[in-house]
Amino acid sequence: MPQTNFVDYEKFFDCVHCGLCLSFCPTYVELGTEMDSPRGRIATMRSLHEGKFPLDAEVVRHLDLCLGCRACETACPSGVHYGELIESARSFIEEQYRRPLLDRLKRWTIDKVFPNPLGVRVFASMLKLGSALGLSRLARSDKLPQQLRSWFSMVPERGSVSSATLLEHYPAIGEKRYTVAVLSGCVMPALFGATNEATVKVLRHNGCEVVVPKAQGCCGALLLHNGNKPDGLARARQTIDVFNGLNVDALIINAAGCGAMMKEYGELFKDDPVYREKAQRVAAKVKDVTEFLGGIPLIPPSREVKKSVTYHDACHLAHGQNVRSQPRALLRAIPGLQIMELQESDWCCGSAGTYNLTEPAMARRLLDKKMANIEATEAELVVMGNPGCLMQIRAGLQQRGLSIKAVHTVDLLAEAYEG
Amino acid sequence: MDTAFIAQLAAIVGPDGVVSNKTALSVYDCDGYTLEKSTPDLVVLPRSTGEVVAVVKLLHKEKIAFVPRGAGTGLSGGCLPVEAPVMIGTSRMNKILHIDLVNRYMVAQAGVVNLWVSNAVKSQGFQYAPDPSSQQACTIGGNVAENSGGPHTLKYGVTTNHVLGVELVLPDGEVVQLGGVVDDVLGYDLRGITIGAEGTFGIVTQATLRLTRQPQAYRTFLVVFETVPQATQTVSDVIAAGIIPAALEMMDNLMIQAVEAAFHVGFPTDAGAVLIIELDGLEAGLDPQTKKIMAICERNAAREVRLAQDEAERTALWKSRKRAIGAAGRLAPNYCTQDGVVPRTKVPDILAAIARISEKYQLRIGNVFHAGDGNIHPILLFDERNTEETERVLKAGREILQACVDLGGSLTGEHGIGVEKMGQMSLIFTPEDMLAMTQVRAVFNPENRCNPHKIFPTPHGCIDTRVPRRQASL
Repeated sequence: MPQTNFVDYEKFFDCVHCGLCLSFCPTYVELGTEMDSPRGRIATMRSLHEGKFPLDAEVVRHLDLCLGCRACETACPSGVHYGELIESARSFIEEQYRRPLLDRLKRWTIDKVFPNPLGVRVFASMLKLGSALGLSRLARSDKLPQQLRSWFSMVPERGSVSSATLLEHYPAIGEKRYTVAVLSGCVMPALFGATNEATVKVLRHNGCEVVVPKAQGCCGALLLHNGNKPDGLARARQTIDVFNGLNVDALIINAAGCGAMMKEYGELFKDDPVYREKAQRVAAKVKDVTEFLGGIPLIPPSREVKKSVTYHDACHLAHGQNVRSQPRALLRAIPGLQIMELQESDWCCGSAGTYNLTEPAMARRLLDKKMANIEATEAELVVMGNPGCLMQIRAGLQQRGLSIKAVHTVDLLAEAYEG
Repeated sequence: MDTAFIAQLAAIVGPDGVVSNKTALSVYDCDGYTLEKSTPDLVVLPRSTGEVVAVVKLLHKEKIAFVPRGAGTGLSGGCLPVEAPVMIGTSRMNKILHIDLVNRYMVAQAGVVNLWVSNAVKSQGFQYAPDPSSQQACTIGGNVAENSGGPHTLKYGVTTNHVLGVELVLPDGEVVQLGGVVDDVLGYDLRGITIGAEGTFGIVTQATLRLTRQPQAYRTFLVVFETVPQATQTVSDVIAAGIIPAALEMMDNLMIQAVEAAFHVGFPTDAGAVLIIELDGLEAGLDPQTKKIMAICERNAAREVRLAQDEAERTALWKSRKRAIGAAGRLAPNYCTQDGVVPRTKVPDILAAIARISEKYQLRIGNVFHAGDGNIHPILLFDERNTEETERVLKAGREILQACVDLGGSLTGEHGIGVEKMGQMSLIFTPEDMLAMTQVRAVFNPENRCNPHKIFPTPHGCIDTRVPRRQASL
């Protein structure tokens, strides 16, 4: 069998087979199968690369099942770039492997809908319609089968979907300290418009002049995470072109998945003579909104928010960007807020980009675990920094009929600044 | 393996509990010891003692040999399937069954991760003392098999001191309970000889673990030295002064560099060696001991003594120490960790010997180890694609162990003999010794069908040629 070259072969030798990643991998802990552990997947990818076995359904199964949560990178002492390995393998799979028809259709739809502003708007309109009709209640109906209930649980409750398009420019409130650009994103404007507005508010209250370039679109993260390299790279290039020329102190991201990908633009385009330098420049400016606020002298919010909250670590924030302490510190800066500890807070909720759509069974198992932990905190709100997690956790809360609400960290901060 | 047999196993553990696809099986070809590889024909993943019993009875009936496996973090190839077609993994047996804080014990299934045990009782002020460096992933079953140690072995002892009882499924499927929930169990200590038997008696399916109070207070120091001899002399002096720290760990320059590159906790990369010294116990007694240790460090020309200021600093220090061996992966594509023991006064001698061997074989060797115990972990760096270099690693490893034995020490402190060090058993034991031990094994495992070809070299001599299924990974 010929050797394949989907990734720099030397990268496999970063893994020393110590196994310290195993108990950090959600799919390994759920299934107990080495093939579904990071170490096992690296071995599988290496054998695939060496041409030891064919790209067949068995190999694809185990690589598909990876959440891409990168908890293994946090656990790894040897510095394996697991995210890069799995994403390269995924694009290899998409190029070389013919999936069964239904699977192909599902993935094609996802690739077309989510990174596409029009697609997301259509999706959002469907959700809003469902929400207006009160379909979310069906998620709790005992009479419906589990599969159907989980579909209805995706329909948000009335008022929790918000669409908003940001202006191109906002002045700082008070003395101007920084100029920042904001990625408004592809999913965020249609489904979490209020969170985008909250992001701008919080930044302005901290002396930021905010620019939101109109020409921007999807950053490519969802596509690249799913192995759609050609389309993903095209989106990434477009994003780089939009932000490259701006003279700003930081490029602010409020979606963990996007931030993690954009910080890797430099690595992604390292062999592209045209984009290499631009990509590095843009990547160097990228900061999660909580990372940015945590790194400047914060102008603390003054309004009391008398609520009990707990914090869920989005994988691509905690594992992908090592942003853990900053969001917690920001929550502590809100007067009146009571913060409860969430067990296994950095354990994937099962959303993982579009994983909950492609691998619903495993996503459900992880969501169940997350729900049990959230419920045990007895908090009124669960706070997080990623739209994928927000959708997944809201769906879980709804289906269980819990009164706990899921919000973005900046939603809560904005409330503390402006009420 | 024929499909009817697979179906019988699947009827016991469920279809998703049997791995029979060839590509899937290939990931079970080695554990943390990667120099030798061998792929099983089947992997079975039971969830309960009952399922283990049914699987083992079936294997017994069919006269098929098997090997137990936990997380596969072992460092001596203890779960390498050698002439054992079936592997029984405990990864799905990961439930804590019972916690009794009043009587201070916990019953855990074999596949429970070591760290989960302490985490489960942490908030109530308890802990499970044995803390192997791989504790974030390794399992209780594997710990029992290898009688694992860890940095805090120095004060608290090893696994056998903290396992009150084990449930063992013998190779014919009989379940025996050895030990109990109290310390004084009548009769021979069969629990004692089962712990450390490297899975050659049967499969341990659950264990009763001793829970102890967390220490009231800690003092954790990072002590920096210009040279290795200064650090090793400090170790000897601390022990000679009658102080038993909770842990006394050493790292040489090569390992300091690896660890700092990996975890950025501020280790001085120009230092010759560092010690991590931890004192624990009642707050009232710690300061006088701290003073004594400070004085000893000063006398040995320590460049700097850093005291961890809070729990976060202490945790960071330990996290980096415990993951140090893995961090060696940043220095070279592959490494092999040795696990010799010398009397602790001989630590300076063995380090000098390792330096000589490193020179002789032209290999980079890092050292990170339990200095207080005299349990060394030289880490031999290499690239497995270079066969000639790999050969030198194997030779150098053997020579290091020979040096340990010459200094009055032993082959393994905590990693076990496995397949790795079978050839060196004769450095310590006579043929009669080994015969006696295999007779003990025969009481539990008369037909040698559970984890065969481990620990003891067979009279045929070199096992590399004798066992066709066992191959070097080259």
